[in-house]
Amino acid sequence: MASPMRIRAAAKDGVTEVRVLMSHVMETGQRKDSSGAVIPAHFITELTAKHNDRLVLAAEFGPSVSTNPYLAFKFAGGAKGDKLVVSWVDNKGDSRSDEVQIA
Amino acid sequence: MRRQLLFTALGAAIALTSPLAGAAGDELNFDAYREMLADGNPAELLEMEGEELWRTARGPKNATLEQCDLGRGPGVVEGAAAQLPRYFADTDKVQDLESRLMHCMEAQQGIPSAEIINGQFLKGERGKLAALVAYVVTHSKGKPIAIDLSHPRVKEMYDMGERAFRYRTGAMDFACSSCHSQDGKRIRATQLPNITKPEGAAEGWSSWPAYRVSNSQFWTMQHRLWDCFRQQRTAEPVFASDVTIALSVFMAGKGNGAEARWPGVKR
Repeated sequence: MASPMRIRAAAKDGVTEVRVLMSHVMETGQRKDSSGAVIPAHFITELTAKHNDRLVLAAEFGPSVSTNPYLAFKFAGGAKGDKLVVSWVDNKGDSRSDEVQIA
Repeated sequence: MRRQLLFTALGAAIALTSPLAGAAGDELNFDAYREMLADGNPAELLEMEGEELWRTARGPKNATLEQCDLGRGPGVVEGAAAQLPRYFADTDKVQDLESRLMHCMEAQQGIPSAEIINGQFLKGERGKLAALVAYVVTHSKGKPIAIDLSHPRVKEMYDMGERAFRYRTGAMDFACSSCHSQDGKRIRATQLPNITKPEGAAEGWSSWPAYRVSNSQFWTMQHRLWDCFRQQRTAEPVFASDVTIALSVFMAGKGNGAEARWPGVKR
């Protein structure tokens, strides 16, 4: 089970700014451990953000994204109290979905 | 939307290189980079983990840490870190945040301190302790550092810390002061605070614990000090031992009054 994300979303003048901090190792599959064995790739592949039930962002992530990724984006619409759901899936099939109310 | 993401990433990459490119000679400055990183400081993830640990019943005694007294009363986290290290009557010791949390974990949860002292950084109970540190220090962000140097035991530790700071040892005959007693010095691109001055001491004390972006690790002050000893090529200190606490009292006490910026974010 993956650790929770920290999501902050604030609406101002009809635009919502979302900042997401994800907890993930984001292993590239290119690194070796101290005994020389390759550390298997383990990274987020897809991320979506939904405002209520409307898809506002769909992104494809890859091994070049850092450990514990940080993502900030803005979308038109959204009001205080609305629901925002951010979800990701990684290459091992693990997933995480967190929800916040827009502030 | 993918294009927009790519564009943002490109913008970030350009912004990251510009402080370097624009810097002349000894003016290597990572402040702009640090400022950008601070917005999404992954130490927040540790803080969340620490908060959970604080409230979770664990250990042989199956208890939470909610009765842990960090110096401002049982369970009070707000502003506690800014006043540490301090003298605690119940243990008859001057303790920093790590040693105090370790005491609470043993006294309240029954988690033996030896497990943490003999453990490794970032692993096991010592790793959990670091998450708790992240949680506690975040609740002192913006507070002034206030070490009570009027207490004779704290003052004693301060003086011991100053001696340890100036004590030359190890294969290279280095003291902390070899690198930290002049203005404007750096190792590679890392600026070294002058800890003999209040501003420098405050700079050092208030910017750790911190998340290091280059290795994705969260380091507590105990971890930072341990690494200073290692870089000095001398015997590595025992976790939460008196010398580490004395150095902390010296640094924190000299930096008294400055604003804590915890948790920090480092290159």
